[in-house]
Amino acid sequence: MELPELGPLWLSLQLAAAATAVLIVLGTPLAWWLARTRSRIKPVIEAVTALPLVLPPTVLGFYLLLLMSPRSWLGGLWVEITDTTLTFSFMGLLVASVVYSLPFMVQPLQAAFESLGRGPLEAAAALRASPIDAFLTVAAPLSLRGFLTAAVLTFAHTIGEFGVVLMVGGNIPGKTRVISIAIYEHVETLRYAEAHTLAAVLMLFAFAVLVFVYVFNRRLPVHVA
Amino acid sequence: MRATFRLAAALLLAAAGAFAGEVTVAVAANAAEAVEALAAEFEQQSGHRVTVSVGSTGKLYAQILHGAPFDVFLAADQERPRLLVEQGLAVEGARMTYAVGRLVLWSPDAEVEASAETLRAGSFRRLAIANPDLAPYGAAARETLLKLGLWERLRSKVVLGENVGQSFTLAASGNAELGFVALSSVFSWPNESEGNFWEVPGHFHRPIRQDAVLLNRARKNPAARAFHRFLGSPGALKTIESFGFVVDRDVGPGDDGRRGRSGAR
Repeated sequence: MELPELGPLWLSLQLAAAATAVLIVLGTPLAWWLARTRSRIKPVIEAVTALPLVLPPTVLGFYLLLLMSPRSWLGGLWVEITDTTLTFSFMGLLVASVVYSLPFMVQPLQAAFESLGRGPLEAAAALRASPIDAFLTVAAPLSLRGFLTAAVLTFAHTIGEFGVVLMVGGNIPGKTRVISIAIYEHVETLRYAEAHTLAAVLMLFAFAVLVFVYVFNRRLPVHVA
Repeated sequence: MRATFRLAAALLLAAAGAFAGEVTVAVAANAAEAVEALAAEFEQQSGHRVTVSVGSTGKLYAQILHGAPFDVFLAADQERPRLLVEQGLAVEGARMTYAVGRLVLWSPDAEVEASAETLRAGSFRRLAIANPDLAPYGAAARETLLKLGLWERLRSKVVLGENVGQSFTLAASGNAELGFVALSSVFSWPNESEGNFWEVPGHFHRPIRQDAVLLNRARKNPAARAFHRFLGSPGALKTIESFGFVVDRDVGPGDDGRRGRSGAR
């Protein structure tokens, strides 16, 4: 059996890894704030965070298309700075994926932070740790499992992304033609053999990653709140 | 007085109901508006009821293969209707070209001139076309660019929509300055006046023939047969034309496109 072009798989992996990295940086402070705040706008922010779950991907993709268009403020600013359009580029897909996968990062992290309770942090504060210090040396290590779950979900969700990419990607080989689009195109052009092979490679890979992560997860220290 | 009127109306409806049939029509998205208008006209003339399902030709075809309850299939190409006849899922001899698509180069912005010169100058960032491997309009767009000798040069600027409707969306939202789209989409766009288009000369690409077939399930459905006949009527052709298609007055229903076959190969 001949292997189909694997470029799209590689591209999907890069996109998922980048989206996960960006979301760890952006999602952690947001989840931390949501877990600790008593602000009255907390439910509003929580709802906004969950919205990408509600919107069908092609609808979300359509709005991202409008948002990233050179005519909008964001897309226009991007063109001015980089002299390229944000849509139809890897960066554009990354922005879209960050929006699309946001709840998959924030929700598990928020749950992990909430389960810590106030005790460990109060203890850290009593030992004169600064809040950032307390987070890095106490809260984050105790929430390792939460980070792992959030990262896995974000990564997997981005790999499986289809509708959004279909709208904002433009199907450019090497730049925006990710694996889901490639499989879809094979199916639509009745090249089922290539579609099956690519899908099988994707499934095997995803399966291997998930097994590895869950094995690793069992070895992590269990935190009891 | 009013009660009598109501009673009369109710009786009339009931009488009509006795003869009224049902037709379920599957139509490719790019012809949806035209076919919805046709359906309304047909309902008024015949008293039958028409249900219209819109989808992509490929997906509707797959659904029909798996037993979807459609009576008439109006595709965006000739390939799928031909395959359905071959596979014995559509009535032989009932394949007809109901519309021929008109490909235009379109710019939603009055400042950007949609023309072959603009394409040659390359003074734009992005050109949206439908995926040539999936959509007839995309194939026609690629043929046009090849004919102009610009395909290789513009390739890095080309972005692909899944279908011709998405190619239109990419241009309408400003993400691509130019797009090869269906004239029918330009006609149905509310801000039509702002943009400008160049209709690609017909000999630049193979004609975008859209075929309709009567599906097997409809063999014994007089309403479906009537709708299929209606598609070739002068009134229907006029409506289809008004939505931005060319019609082929020589090819009527029952004339199983001999032309069609030569075009598809």
